[in-house]
Amino acid sequence: MGFLDIKKATKSYGSLQVLHETDISVEEGEFLVLVGPSGCGKSTLLNMIAGLEDITSGEIAIRGRSMNGVKPADRNIAMVFQSYALYPNMTVAGNISFGMEMHGIPKPERQKRIDQVADLLQISHLLDRKPGQLSGGQRQRVAMGRALVREPDVFLFDEPLSNLDAKLRVDMRTEIKKLHQKLGTTIVYVTHDQIEALTLSTRIAVMYGGYVQQLGTPKEIYDNPANMFVAGFMGSPSMNLFPAKVVSLDGRPAAEIALADGKSAAVPFAGETLASSVGRDIVLGIRPEAITDKDGADRNSNAVHMVEAPVEVTEPAGSDTFVVSQIGGKDVTGRFRADVNVRAGDVFPFAFNMEKAVAFDPQTENRIA
Amino acid sequence: MSISETANPRGSVADRLRDALPKLVLSPTVAIVAIFVYGFILFTLYLSFTDSRILPTFGLVGFENYDKLFRLRAWDTAVSNLVIFGVLYIAICCVLGLLLAILLDQRIRAEGFIRTIYLYPMALSFIVTGVAWKWFLDPGIGIEAVVQGWGWTDFKFNWIKDREMAIYTIVIAAVWQTSGFVMAMFLAGLRGIDSEMMKAAQIDGASTFALYRRIIIPQLRPAFMSAFVVLAHMAIKSYDLVIALTGGGPGTSTELPATFMYSYTFTRNQMGIGAASAVIMLMTIAAIIVPYLWSELREKK
Amino acid sequence: MVTVTSSRSFSPGRFVLYALLALFCIYYLLPLYVMLVNSLKPLSEITAGGMMALPKDWTLAPWLSAWSSAQVGVEATGLKPYFLNSIIMVVPAVALSTLVGALNGYVLTKWTFRGATIVFGLLLFGCFIPFQMVLIPMARMLGLMGLAGSVTGLIFVHFVYGIGFSTLYFRNYYAAFPTELVRAAQIDGAGFFRIFWRILLPSSGPIAVVCIIWQFTNIWNDFLFGASFSDFSSQPMTVALNNLVQSSTGVKEYNVHFAGAIMAALPTLLVYIVAGRYFVRGLMAGSVKG
Repeated sequence: MGFLDIKKATKSYGSLQVLHETDISVEEGEFLVLVGPSGCGKSTLLNMIAGLEDITSGEIAIRGRSMNGVKPADRNIAMVFQSYALYPNMTVAGNISFGMEMHGIPKPERQKRIDQVADLLQISHLLDRKPGQLSGGQRQRVAMGRALVREPDVFLFDEPLSNLDAKLRVDMRTEIKKLHQKLGTTIVYVTHDQIEALTLSTRIAVMYGGYVQQLGTPKEIYDNPANMFVAGFMGSPSMNLFPAKVVSLDGRPAAEIALADGKSAAVPFAGETLASSVGRDIVLGIRPEAITDKDGADRNSNAVHMVEAPVEVTEPAGSDTFVVSQIGGKDVTGRFRADVNVRAGDVFPFAFNMEKAVAFDPQTENRIA
Repeated sequence: MSISETANPRGSVADRLRDALPKLVLSPTVAIVAIFVYGFILFTLYLSFTDSRILPTFGLVGFENYDKLFRLRAWDTAVSNLVIFGVLYIAICCVLGLLLAILLDQRIRAEGFIRTIYLYPMALSFIVTGVAWKWFLDPGIGIEAVVQGWGWTDFKFNWIKDREMAIYTIVIAAVWQTSGFVMAMFLAGLRGIDSEMMKAAQIDGASTFALYRRIIIPQLRPAFMSAFVVLAHMAIKSYDLVIALTGGGPGTSTELPATFMYSYTFTRNQMGIGAASAVIMLMTIAAIIVPYLWSELREKK
Repeated sequence: MVTVTSSRSFSPGRFVLYALLALFCIYYLLPLYVMLVNSLKPLSEITAGGMMALPKDWTLAPWLSAWSSAQVGVEATGLKPYFLNSIIMVVPAVALSTLVGALNGYVLTKWTFRGATIVFGLLLFGCFIPFQMVLIPMARMLGLMGLAGSVTGLIFVHFVYGIGFSTLYFRNYYAAFPTELVRAAQIDGAGFFRIFWRILLPSSGPIAVVCIIWQFTNIWNDFLFGASFSDFSSQPMTVALNNLVQSSTGVKEYNVHFAGAIMAALPTLLVYIVAGRYFVRGLMAGSVKG
């Protein structure tokens, strides 16, 4: 039993089921990110944890105590909203202390805690202002202050960074991570931004269509996506997914791929998992950083294989150059060193690091190797 | 997004009460509306099928009141007056309102001030409007006397005393009161039109006239719809203005259904017929309002 | 906005435009002018055909007469008692219907339930019914409640039929109020009334002004309910004004009538001048969007 347990929880509106049976167990001090495109059910799940939406069936428990039927205020949680939801008519101090006031905490204690939190978040000089007088980043801090001051069991974040501009978002991301490391609080964090998910979390639940597609550490999710959705959603640029066929090459399984110039190539897999699947159609998944020029390839890998393929487009991006070729009718992007001399139209040797390759079933879209 | 009734409720009485609180707060309103709007509508509907005279009685007489109503000359007059009044009132208000809105939309200096002047009659009671126009249109002291005093001794303007023409004086006063409001509705519509589209039309070479006729006015359809609904419902309910301006006279020449209903119910002691006329009014308004509200509320979803 | 002419300098087109606008200003102001100047001149100047002229003899006598001594109905009390009736009637009716409307709007947007739209639709339709439909049963009901012919009865009637529009205003306003704020307050531990009182109400200033102005104007200007449910001692201003003007005894004191009409118009006119923006907003919200 974990610290926060979601057991067989579902949610429907009438006949529309927006969250299918979900089981997640969160340990104390974990940073769980729920990530997925809009409408995937992540916000619904967060609101169910908060008690803002009721659970159609199943149970949610915090510290072993069932939260079903418990009011949001009595769950000992705090929430940071996408719009920050600061009360416009109250000062910053008023916003931070409102929850404590509602819980009957005496004034001197409230003042003490406000000062502590304001100090921690460096917003002491803003305490007398109204939310309307603050910048986006300052509002964000106040919203976090309001959550922190409650000293809750669980922090809930609902896309807290999506209203900030790109630069500030990165800064606040780091700040939230620091705060988590410093305070060791339990956090459930909703976002549609997969980079936020990967950088912040100790574990990620990737959601789509009301299902948890995969639950795991950032590394598990990134390296071993459970299915094609997770593979495509997590990582940027996203994982290359293209059709291939399992063939036997010198007695070992290999992927036969169709190149743009009409030729085909067979690239041996690193493992033997697909040995019994010779002749089967698959979807091969390789991340761009596992398709490189020869000198850029991972020296620790035992399964780098060269494929001569025609270059369609090159996209210099400063630190790297992305090189695109057509394989099996799909654009496949490789991440080359910036100074590689390659031009569109060349036939160029691509280095495939097959240790990082995964294979999916084209019908079920689930990973098979 | 209401707070939860839950999968396994274990709420105490206090919890249940708290969950029901929003509905409890709304319930007096629901009760009031149920009784004082819909209950009363049913009551009046029922009365229209009874032989009520000076007081409500409950002897059913079927459609007799409606039958009588439609044979009454007074009702006939009231309905044809309503048609004349309604059509002219709505048409003139719309034309005048649109014209004023377009004029005001030409980057006018002091636009706010002028708008305030055009709209102020809307803040007045119809009784005040009625009194002002009653004496202003009175041939003895009003405009006719004034113009004659200026030397045009042949000038005649005695519509308010003329059985044939008196209904048009109601139109004049009502238009004066409401046209500024219609202007405001159209102006809001004009301001809501995407200015880039107008720039595009100007680049396409549209003249100002063509711009309004082909691009802008067609886009004011929702404003026209709203104006029509509001004006039509005001026309049907018109009561105060007639009472103050002409008292329904001369004779019965400016009676409208609303004044008819009142006098048959409360002064002529024909409550059954009065109720029947109210039912007809309600049905007319409902025919206009219900589709409008329906579409507005559905849009919101 | 479209420019008729590209240059903003004085062109014939713009001259015509401004002339037209000025003409319409005269049209709308004329009745007010007539009321005003004729309320300040002796009766003889009016009957001599001088309605459009400024007073030769400026006098406040018609105002004094209209206020305190003119014959209204059977009594020569002037309009003063009826003006007071109107005020006593308007204040509680406006306050009550606005408060209830605000609570309704709060429930209908932030605590919705199945069927809330239908409830709202039925409420809204109630705003538009011809009140002739409720006159007979309401007269009876007021009798049963012991409120017949009293100012309290009128307060009750205006409150009842004012709820619909108040609810409409607050519902539409609160619909745009961020629901996340309500959720944040729930998590902070605030209950139903506390959220309303501490979070929504402090931000409701503009719509409250709109609603109060609308209700004030409507209730002050009402004639039908006043004429139907009041007796001589409880008549509101509009009914008294009509009685003053329609009374068939003696000479018609037009100047007194005009003074009385301005008195009846003054409260709403003042509100309009002071807070016209909110008045217009109320008009639009009450009609353009249901």
